Amino acid sequence: MLDSINISHIFVSDQDKALDFYVGKLGLEVTADMNFGPMRWLTVGVSGDPSRVILLEKPGPPAMDETTAANVRELVAKGASGFAVGFTTKDIHTTYETLKARGVEFNQEPTDRGYGTDIGVRDPFGNHIRIVQFAGGVNQAAPKTAAKA
Amino acid sequence: MSRAVEELNRRMLRARDAIDRAYAQPLDIQALAEVAHVSEAHFIRTFRSTFGETPHRYMQRRRVERAMFMLRETDRSVTDICLEVGFTSLGTFSRTFREILGQTPTSYRQHADVGSAPTCFTMAWTRPSSFGEARPRNGR
Repeated sequence: MLDSINISHIFVSDQDKALDFYVGKLGLEVTADMNFGPMRWLTVGVSGDPSRVILLEKPGPPAMDETTAANVRELVAKGASGFAVGFTTKDIHTTYETLKARGVEFNQEPTDRGYGTDIGVRDPFGNHIRIVQFAGGVNQAAPKTAAKA
Repeated sequence: MSRAVEELNRRMLRARDAIDRAYAQPLDIQALAEVAHVSEAHFIRTFRSTFGETPHRYMQRRRVERAMFMLRETDRSVTDICLEVGFTSLGTFSRTFREILGQTPTSYRQHADVGSAPTCFTMAWTRPSSFGEARPRNGR
């Protein structure tokens, strides 16, 4: 029935600043950037993985009135958008040091979990992004008792 | 007006993230106010109006959530966990834990079960609430 997840979205209040972050700092690539007049269709993705892209969506008219758009921006800015997107990496520590050198904000430094090691990142707008290096390189949920001594 | 609110929210979130990173250390309101670019006198009130609770309460819930994780996932002693998450007194830890969750740390350990969602998600959604859902003290 469904074959894959194709597009998800993240609310951003400024699409050029979003590009500076998602492409300039995180290293994603632009997969589409089209001007539809009142709306700019801007998507980014991981290089070499065309099956899944992220829409960097700016809240505003005509999709929503300006008051609602302002509410959305204010909520995102206080972290209320929740878990926006998660990425994987083969080397979390090098990724962390690289992003740190690029001035990326972290809400969590590399931390070992049962399923691997991950970090928490904030984009300029308040969205929460996670990056994980899975233990053994395999994407799997950790057994509940894995961390017991 | 909205842009000013958005920018203030973002600065307060930056301060809240700083509490998250240093939850086991004493709360440093002056440092947090500097992170948020607000005066120390206004920081607590602004934090509360933004997030619905004081920085101290947020930190307490963060510490209790970390303690809940360790009680579920490790065999470390309650005393050890108490100190690890930043409490300096077992009595204060146990009382705070019981006040927030309605049960003792030992009882929680015996009955907890939260499955295998990513830890960040479990952190956010098993963190005890300050927003009225918890049973009030003294049963009222």
